Amino acid sequence: MSPTPFIVLSAILFTIGCVGVLTRRNAIVVFMSIELMLNASNLALITFARVHGNLDGQIAAFFVMVVAAAEVVVGLAIIMTIFRTRRSASVDDASLLKY
Amino acid sequence: MIGFWILAPIMVAAALGILFARKAVHAAMLLAVVMIGLAIMYAIQDAPFLFAVQIIVYTGAILMLFLFVLMLVGVDASDSVVETIRGQRLMAAIVGLLFGLTLVFGVAQVTAGAVTGLEAANADGNVQGLAQLLFSRYVFAFEATSALLITAAIGAMVLAHRERLTPKVTQGDLAAQRMRDYAEHGKHPGPLPAPGVFARHNAVDTPALLPDGTTAESSISRVLAARGTVRSAPALADDILELTGQTGDGTSNDPDETASGPLGPIEGDPSQLPDGTRRDDEGGTSA
Repeated sequence: MSPTPFIVLSAILFTIGCVGVLTRRNAIVVFMSIELMLNASNLALITFARVHGNLDGQIAAFFVMVVAAAEVVVGLAIIMTIFRTRRSASVDDASLLKY
Repeated sequence: MIGFWILAPIMVAAALGILFARKAVHAAMLLAVVMIGLAIMYAIQDAPFLFAVQIIVYTGAILMLFLFVLMLVGVDASDSVVETIRGQRLMAAIVGLLFGLTLVFGVAQVTAGAVTGLEAANADGNVQGLAQLLFSRYVFAFEATSALLITAAIGAMVLAHRERLTPKVTQGDLAAQRMRDYAEHGKHPGPLPAPGVFARHNAVDTPALLPDGTTAESSISRVLAARGTVRSAPALADDILELTGQTGDGTSNDPDETASGPLGPIEGDPSQLPDGTRRDDEGGTSA
């Protein structure tokens, strides 16, 4: 099957993730949108691995998953720390460095 | 192929749901839908190992971590609809739409060429092929990953750790504090009264009745009182009367019987019904 539908789906999911990061206020939902973008790029990588007939793309997707797991652990710990000190998970409230 | 056209609209709809869901828990559930859909997409494209990893790592570990933090932060921490920057939402939507259209049209114009397929690469099995690459060409990246994972684990521990600023309160301290409260403020040192438990159900939302027939407010959890779901015992009396009428045995769990003493009804008892004739009837049958 042609790779174009997969790439288009990946582009759509990436765009939705982008808009989610830009519009949502809850830090956890922003994080979920980032995960959505990473997953969309994974789909493109795996599709291109099939197009080119080698497994390098799948290896790249695997590394993206590992890095995403590490990123989620640290990111959620940061959100927890901010919530503990500010009693809020909104990205607008953590603006102390701005002033 | 059919699988793709069935799954793709579901995934796009779920992804849009993440964008519009007011509650973070709903967004997490919709993200799970997208991730499982992606796992099936990987399986369609000859990547069985990544299919398993996607299900185990993403939907299993990462999403559960998301839900865990959501529960810690508070499920009702819903998004605010107030815009900090005026027109930011609209601008983000327009820019996102333009970006998406550019991306989609750009991708659609490219001819990807002939699809080679992974039959040759997966000849020894997908996992074996991946392992061969991972431990030869990508071995340094693999080792660097181990350093990354260690750093992430230590970082999470450092961030989530909290220093204890006050000494730990022991059971002896608590008992001494209780006695001090009793000596100074006259606060009752014993446990709080249990809520009313009636024949109908375990009514933790129904306050216990004091000997004079008034309700004991301290027998109800403060949370229930704040939510306004406390039911008064007199309101249940009618239910219980109806039940005893059905079973035909009203001798022991008659609410009037429990609320009034053996010498007759008590003055000012809220559970006493103003209807005098009914009480006479009840008294006649139960006596």
